[in-house]
Amino acid sequence: MKIGDQAPTFSLPDTDGAEHGPDGVTVVVFTCNHCPYALGWHERLLQVARDYPQVTFLAINPNDAERYPADSAEAMRKRVEADGGWPIPYLRDESQEVARGYDAKTTPDVFVLDADVRVRYRGAPDEDYRAPLCAEWLREALDAVLRGDEPERPETEPVGCSIKWK
Amino acid sequence: MKVELLWWEGCPSYPETLDDLNRVLAEEGVEAEVELVEVETDEQACAERFPGSPTIRLDGADALPVAEAEPFSLTCRVYRLRDGRISATPDPEDLREAVRRVK
Repeated sequence: MKIGDQAPTFSLPDTDGAEHGPDGVTVVVFTCNHCPYALGWHERLLQVARDYPQVTFLAINPNDAERYPADSAEAMRKRVEADGGWPIPYLRDESQEVARGYDAKTTPDVFVLDADVRVRYRGAPDEDYRAPLCAEWLREALDAVLRGDEPERPETEPVGCSIKWK
Repeated sequence: MKVELLWWEGCPSYPETLDDLNRVLAEEGVEAEVELVEVETDEQACAERFPGSPTIRLDGADALPVAEAEPFSLTCRVYRLRDGRISATPDPEDLREAVRRVK
């Protein structure tokens, strides 16, 4: 999927069974429970969600839970519960159709969609999951989209663990 | 000393780990060539008792043993740096301590 393409819409269940999909300007993050890159970027992505309450944030776990039980729906529910809840829904893509539709590569892999569900940014949250950064690349893209502009840096290389396909 | 670096292509961290390992070996005066072992299947992961990529073995033993029983599979290993940050690579100072224990 290229920048400017229409992204697939979807409806996926969160850890409580409620369905969610893109709604207005939306950030879609493919992520998981066990990847060090996803874990390293997790808190700063949640902080972006807190800082942009006008944006819909959706975290999606597409990994094959049969081979990777740490990514099962039950493990996702327990993680959210252990964290005392998340400010964003954590969705299960059991069929992996959404991940395939987005051509997601890694966890994490971040997509910013505009209100017309077109892709305006795709890639990593920032340059380094271990550095003291705050998801600048994602924030820059969101600021541009919310202004109605094109992001100056619309695409970066997603960095992380490969998605565990069935 | 026999030094092995087991890696899986689904995790991009092994080149950085190899650099760290070679640097630590050189600084510790250990003349050993790192043997790269690619783990490609779940069956191989079980046979190699591979808890994730990257895994370093010194004389056949995991340089940084996992604290609890981890399933053996094609996955990325989660390390903690000494300051507590999550990392896809081991803290170089932990590698140094491991090398010193074995040499």
